[in-house]
Amino acid sequence: MTYENRFDGRKFEETRPMEASVGVVKNAIGSARFKIGKTEAIAAVYGPKEVFPRMLKNPEKGILRCYYNMLPFAGFGGRVRPGGSRRSKEISMVTEHALSPVLDLSDYPNSAVEVYIELPQTDAGSRCAGICAASMALADAGFKMKDLVSAIAIGYVGDKVVVDLDYMEEHYNEFKDENAPKGGETDLPYAYIPAEDKFSLMQMDGEISPEDLKATMDMAKKACLNIYEVQKQALRQKFKKIEE
Amino acid sequence: MGSLLIQPREIVLPGDIIAEGMDYIPGKGTYRKDEKVLAMQVGLLSSEGRVLKVIPLAGKYAAKVGDTIIGKVTNILMSGWVIDTNSVYHGLLSLRDGVDTFVPKGANLTKYYNIGDFVVCKIVNMTSQMLIDLSTKGSNIKKLSEGRITNVTPSKVPRIIGKSGSMINMIKDKTGSKIIVGQNGIVWLKNQDPIMEVLTVKAFAFIEENAHIRGLTDEVAKYLDNEISQLKGV
Amino acid sequence: MTDINRTHMLKSLENGIRFDGRNLVDIRQPFDVKLNVSETAEGSAVVTLGNSIVMAGVTMELATPYPDTPNKGGLMVNVELVPMSHKDYEPGPPGIKAIEISRVIDRALREGGAVDFEKLCIVEGEKVWNILVDIIPINDDGNLFDAGALAALIAIKNAKLPTVTEEGVVDYKQKTDQGLPLVSEPLPVTIHKIGNYLIVDPTYEEENYSTTRLTVAVQANGNPCAIQKSGEEPLSQEQISEMVDIAIEKSKEYREILKKFS
Repeated sequence: MTYENRFDGRKFEETRPMEASVGVVKNAIGSARFKIGKTEAIAAVYGPKEVFPRMLKNPEKGILRCYYNMLPFAGFGGRVRPGGSRRSKEISMVTEHALSPVLDLSDYPNSAVEVYIELPQTDAGSRCAGICAASMALADAGFKMKDLVSAIAIGYVGDKVVVDLDYMEEHYNEFKDENAPKGGETDLPYAYIPAEDKFSLMQMDGEISPEDLKATMDMAKKACLNIYEVQKQALRQKFKKIEE
Repeated sequence: MGSLLIQPREIVLPGDIIAEGMDYIPGKGTYRKDEKVLAMQVGLLSSEGRVLKVIPLAGKYAAKVGDTIIGKVTNILMSGWVIDTNSVYHGLLSLRDGVDTFVPKGANLTKYYNIGDFVVCKIVNMTSQMLIDLSTKGSNIKKLSEGRITNVTPSKVPRIIGKSGSMINMIKDKTGSKIIVGQNGIVWLKNQDPIMEVLTVKAFAFIEENAHIRGLTDEVAKYLDNEISQLKGV
Repeated sequence: MTDINRTHMLKSLENGIRFDGRNLVDIRQPFDVKLNVSETAEGSAVVTLGNSIVMAGVTMELATPYPDTPNKGGLMVNVELVPMSHKDYEPGPPGIKAIEISRVIDRALREGGAVDFEKLCIVEGEKVWNILVDIIPINDDGNLFDAGALAALIAIKNAKLPTVTEEGVVDYKQKTDQGLPLVSEPLPVTIHKIGNYLIVDPTYEEENYSTTRLTVAVQANGNPCAIQKSGEEPLSQEQISEMVDIAIEKSKEYREILKKFS
């Protein structure tokens, strides 16, 4: 037996239901909320502010700093102690790398833009939800961006390539039918820039055949283009009424 | 040849394809990719001939030479005062540009401007490295000594002032408030009547919410008349 | 250092009106609550009070009890002032502001006897439940004490215990329909003093101008059960009495909201 039906009944290429909105944190210069299934991220942008440690300054353009953080009750198990972990520091860094290619911060030399991403609940795909929220928040803040960035986690679960894997699929062997053979639990988060047709984030945890790996890229693009529309719609909702 | 896919005065988002073909020229807030012009910022599309631009609807105040701003003193140096301009970069008000009279050596600079003071000043110079020079020369009001400071969204300042000051003057008339609007979104106001003062601030909020409406000045006038008559009725 | 806004605020308060037009003891609108905002938490709520938005989440932990209270479970309240919520906050461990809010809310709940800790005992001396509450502002525009405490109380009130397997392991993914032993609902009300004026439900700006404050936790029967005075200015007996009276009066408004969302 193989992975014929997804645990939650979705089609293999189907993403979970999404919700997106901007302007949720009034104190910030830009902010957004992005929810996919039970994974939710809130992103708020502050700055640009002048940066004083000389080492961090870039005299040609502003720099982007991202801070990804799961709230203590956001994990599936017990409480997660607050404070950065190695995992959150790494996710913060790959988030910066996913977003900075689209940003034009040449108007802000010697300054830093700070994006804070907090997650009140997660069900896999959290770094991708964070990137989706952060991208909307940066646009909401009025920064120059070549495009939004959309992100999704593709999975190789059991023996199938699936879009938007959830926690159970990430732990397939724990939840699969007893008689089914052990299968893949591979997680591939991707971030995609539609205007450039390029990926700005790619990671993989687990084994996969080269053919399936290449197939995940096609699925990631398609899924990201759908998410892109959701993100744009959220921005339009806020600014639409300004049209005269 | 070329075609415009989005009409001027419509909202554009980063990555939106505004035009196809080499006919159109990418101006501020847009860029060219292959044979297309794309938007780079959330804003209103505008066109001047074949040049396409985006008027940003959000963002921190972008300091420019000639602007009159209300700044806050954050530090005092030998050479003058460091000013928070409400933009990304701080400004400097030199002794010479901040004080009309001669400043003797060893003078106590706090008696001119102290930390925490709000100052009405003009941006007279900006370098490419974003050093901002300010001056109070030529203005009657330099240091604000009474009244209240509030913030408005910098991109809404033109609406709050109105064409040739029509909006702000109408608000001053109806509320009796004294108002100075800084281009940087910092606003000073003062009114003997505290209720009228609160109403003035509410008028700013009304403008921010409804900046997109046509005939906004009339709408704000109606809003104020309404509020005032309700207050009188109490 | 000068501050014309502070001078002006005092003048305004003298006329009985605040910068946003409220009377001195008015609570902001909107004043609203959303339940179950986090499915991974055992209980959660978001309180909106004016522009302040505060989230609280409850996690249940199976633990060994303290040796001196072998038949009691525990409660821990933690506030994190995340940098997302205000430009003044930076990443890092909790500073004194966060610590104080945590301890005051903890005191209100604990000394108000909110939780029957003995009912959290599963096996005396071996296994108890601990209630871990985390309070996080999403947008801080003042009054985190009151809004945070309300969010925490509502989250505890709506929390459900996770199942425990036969092997004694918690299965967080399966919630039971068993709630927590909440036996009283103490609600803190913080009164701030700006100049000689007492105000309730301050904005962030008003908090900055407040010279001293008194947080009074009030039970449903109108009895105070916990108090914190903070700030450098001392208070007279009359002032304290007046602040306590205002707190008891205002707690009824907070309690109205609590009733609606329980």
